[in-house]
Amino acid sequence: MSNPAIDVLPDPTEGPGRHGTGTHTEAILTGRGGGRGRRGGVGSSGGGKADRVKQRLTSPWATVAAIIIAFLWTVPTFGLFVASLRPAADKRDGWWTIFTQWQPTLDNYSTVLVGSSTANNNLASYFINSFVITIPGTLFPLLLALMAAYAFAWIPFRGRGTLFVLVFALQIVPLQMALIPLLQFFNGIGIGGTFPAVWIAHTIFGLPLGIFLLHNFVAQIPPELIEAARVDGASQTQIFFRIIIPLSLPAIASIAIFQFLWVWNDLLVALVFSGGTAEVAPLTAKLANMAGNFGRNEHLLPAGAFVSIIVPLIVFFALQRYFVRGLLAGSTKG
Amino acid sequence: MSTTFKKRVWLTPLALVSVAGLLLTGCSNSSNDAGGGGSKTDCTDYEQYGTFEGDEVEVYATIVEVEADQLEESWADFEECTGITVNYVGDQGFETQINVRVEGGDAPDLAVFPQPGLLQRIVETGKVVPAPKSVEDNVDEGWSESWKTYGTVDGTFYASPLMASVKGWVWYSPSDFTDRGVEVPTTLAELNDLTKTLAAEKTDTYRPWCVGFGSDAATGWPGTDWIEDYVLRQSGPDVYDQWVAGDVKFNSPEIKKAFDSVGDIILNPDNVNGGFGDVSTINTTTFQEAGQPILDGNCSLHHQASFYEAQWPEGTTVAKDGDVWAFLLPSEEADAGKSVTGGGEFVAAFNDNKATAALQTYMSSALWANNRVSLGGVISANKGLDPDNAQSEIGKEAVRILQDPDTVFRFDASDLMPAAVGSASFWKGMVNWVNGESTDSVLTSIDKTWP
Amino acid sequence: MLSTLLYSVAAPLAAHPGLLNTARKTSFWNDLWQKFGTMFVGIAAFLAVVGLILFLADRAPKRSRDVWQLIAFVAPGLILLGIGLIYPALRTGYQAFTDGKDNFVGVDNFVWIFTSGEMLVSLLNTLIWVLCVPFFATAIGLTYAVFIDKSRGEKALKSLVFMPMAISFVGAGIIWSFMYAYRSKGFAQTGLLNQILVWIGLEPVQFLNTPPWNTFFLIVVLIWIQTGFAMVVLSASIKAIPTEQVEAARLDGASGWQVFRNVTIPGIRGSLVVVITTISIATLKVFDIVKTMTSGNNKTSVIALDMYDQAFRFGEVGHGAALALILFIMVLPVVIYNVRVMRKQREIR
Repeated sequence: MSNPAIDVLPDPTEGPGRHGTGTHTEAILTGRGGGRGRRGGVGSSGGGKADRVKQRLTSPWATVAAIIIAFLWTVPTFGLFVASLRPAADKRDGWWTIFTQWQPTLDNYSTVLVGSSTANNNLASYFINSFVITIPGTLFPLLLALMAAYAFAWIPFRGRGTLFVLVFALQIVPLQMALIPLLQFFNGIGIGGTFPAVWIAHTIFGLPLGIFLLHNFVAQIPPELIEAARVDGASQTQIFFRIIIPLSLPAIASIAIFQFLWVWNDLLVALVFSGGTAEVAPLTAKLANMAGNFGRNEHLLPAGAFVSIIVPLIVFFALQRYFVRGLLAGSTKG
Repeated sequence: MSTTFKKRVWLTPLALVSVAGLLLTGCSNSSNDAGGGGSKTDCTDYEQYGTFEGDEVEVYATIVEVEADQLEESWADFEECTGITVNYVGDQGFETQINVRVEGGDAPDLAVFPQPGLLQRIVETGKVVPAPKSVEDNVDEGWSESWKTYGTVDGTFYASPLMASVKGWVWYSPSDFTDRGVEVPTTLAELNDLTKTLAAEKTDTYRPWCVGFGSDAATGWPGTDWIEDYVLRQSGPDVYDQWVAGDVKFNSPEIKKAFDSVGDIILNPDNVNGGFGDVSTINTTTFQEAGQPILDGNCSLHHQASFYEAQWPEGTTVAKDGDVWAFLLPSEEADAGKSVTGGGEFVAAFNDNKATAALQTYMSSALWANNRVSLGGVISANKGLDPDNAQSEIGKEAVRILQDPDTVFRFDASDLMPAAVGSASFWKGMVNWVNGESTDSVLTSIDKTWP
Repeated sequence: MLSTLLYSVAAPLAAHPGLLNTARKTSFWNDLWQKFGTMFVGIAAFLAVVGLILFLADRAPKRSRDVWQLIAFVAPGLILLGIGLIYPALRTGYQAFTDGKDNFVGVDNFVWIFTSGEMLVSLLNTLIWVLCVPFFATAIGLTYAVFIDKSRGEKALKSLVFMPMAISFVGAGIIWSFMYAYRSKGFAQTGLLNQILVWIGLEPVQFLNTPPWNTFFLIVVLIWIQTGFAMVVLSASIKAIPTEQVEAARLDGASGWQVFRNVTIPGIRGSLVVVITTISIATLKVFDIVKTMTSGNNKTSVIALDMYDQAFRFGEVGHGAALALILFIMVLPVVIYNVRVMRKQREIR
């Protein structure tokens, strides 16, 4: 693991690329700085060769392989979805039998969502809790992380490098070890078992990765922009709001999605800091309780699980174009 | 105290609104109707607990889903008459979360402990308060001396018993027995013969027994029940008590004998695992689903406590002449008195507020026992419980056994042992044993973990 | 400090629902408005506090303004980190050498770990996890990203593989329990994988029961989740490689593989490091998947799960802390490597 970036290279099957790479790389590197036109290239002149390469890259085999991967990755979720539509009586059969005995039903969903008893299956209230936990749980760490990232990237001070490494290293503090001290702190200031406690906990746990990733991005902002603003007499706060935030939006969006998914899907933090009550606990807590009663809830579990993943899926599909922009943008030049 | 106060201020509006929300969706059975005209409820039984203004008590327990609804219903009248609001939190992760909450200064007012061993460890933190006199009086009156000792740590009485279950039932289908021409055994030897007879009829999909030890983090506990039942029946209550205390080691001949006898049944591929597969499926089959193949005719016998009644699908008749019924695991001798193991929960308080004490007193009373048992699904060992209040035949039977003065009752041994054994190495040992580790090696490694 | 402020603003408002909402409190909608009200108050309070801090820093006396502004930007985050992570980390480091009740026991906890067969199995499993998950997730993610690059329906294909990333560990546990479900020969299978085995004429297998393979079947679940992350990030990174470089290579007659090896890989090296780092750290912390699917039985346990069990289930805080310290040490190489990369980047700049 000493050099993961190299370990991870797919093992070449004795391909032709093995020999003569040295000079080749050099050519490319000089090519980057050299005189090739900004937009020249692909047009008609070099077309023949380039097309051939393109064909090779996206060969039918590659397409087939991609489709197989996509299929394998989708089947489990698809199976869950199908299982959620089956009548309770069919739980002894595999979900694929639905295609031979076609009787889809939404009963499981209605039982799970509105339920008939207080403690049982009433997911609606937990659903609200999940939102109320997740939105601030995403917003707070993002803003604080961006502020810190800006300072680490653009405000020189002694010990900056060391402090930044320390923050980065905090990612590895196991969450479990932070539970009891933090809970003591929250109860000390009287907010144990409330939404703010859960928000603050998520803020803390989201900060190290947020600062790290946003720093990578913010550090790539052209120094001229910031210098120009300073010359114009802008304060740090003004630079932060006028330059850093607008230019970092792609990174903010992508990390926001990441943090949203993490908070929405979290179980441990919410369980400890919400006190587990129906007033505060999120969907995952309820789902875990249902799963704990597997025997009795087997037919309801798929519907429950699907309800819990529908929001992250919507968020992802709606915002995925932001996700691919920005996240780690700076690091591509490593 | 100020912590509690602030937290309550914060929670009150949320609690009120969610209660209101539940009312609207027609789930009103457990919500207290603090403001409305509660004249319908007869409050005479509850006068002894006093009246309170807006006090709240948080109860924290492992109980979730339907049983949680019933639990909340059991104190609905109490809430209405006393003015106390009970906030119930059910959490399957109780066994770990209670440690976190107590250490983090977020202890609930009342916690319902599923095992005396766990209670003991939490008492050691110094955060549990001794039970008030009113609770102790109730327990002296309603429970046997031994039940009281389970809630006692180092001579101080902390926790009152709540519900109970009788373990060691063998579930079967009466019609299946008739079809196969077999009878309910009266001795352990007869049980072995019965197993042999049924095993002769094994097919790809049929075995005499279906067994499941799966239970998430607690996987293995149903196996400890098997061993405990055999130790009590083969070696008697004295050895059983010494075993619990650690004076009889796991690798002593008595315990080894129990393992061997149980192993003859459940480690023999001819006998298990009906409806699930080979012997190793015992660990992956959850205890909830383990008995279900009886209904499909894939197995004939399943060993589990009285609470397994709640696991049968809706519409299953649990009765002597119904779809399923159970006999108590027999003793060595046919005419020996009944020896049973059992389990139960214990309620301990983390503060001495008056409202907390009132609820704990109520929960230790015969009144509560009758109220809760009438709602179905569970029983209590309270002497004041009317057996007819049990909502099922098996429940009535279990209450009768518990109240019979001739019954030799012993609490689930693993629940009484130190947590490092009773809820760790003993469970793990059962899992490894099923997976093929030798009995001697399993027993030695359990002994090693005894603190 | 920040949280106290936040609380002092939010609590009184939340305690008087009338301020936010005058409707009668009798409906689901009220529950919703109530809680969302709390949320908006919380957000407003947070923004107000942050805004105030920045505003005050801007108004600081000129001579010390730089310091105050620096503090304003860094302090809120660092204070929270100090309370929530640094202090607990130090405390854990101390507890690793105690019995959990403040009695110093030297390295007993570590001796216990390295002499207990079960813990050694967990250590080995954790090692297997941290070798397998980052490798396969990144390799598959990268392959996939390259294969679908600029192809028709790229977006849809991406979404399909990313989807598991949006699913909670609890949900993933449920999904894969349904995949791996086992029923013995002669019964209708409920798990797809066993059904496939039966269809092709094999015996059904207990995927989660037989060591050491069960660990690998659990690992599959995390690979399934993390591949999407690797793919999305690497795909973005591939697209950021200047087209001139690719064209240049093509003009030089490089094959597809050569382009991949000599242009794509160097171009995305930085992203690869971040992806592998992130996945490695996530893998070392993994405990939900193991907890929900096998509870660590049958030799599938990992350090993070043992740590949790020791500290919270068995009350052996010292053991738990020692395990946490070992986990910390295992991540150290990853951190050091990243720090070196960061240093280099800074030098380049």
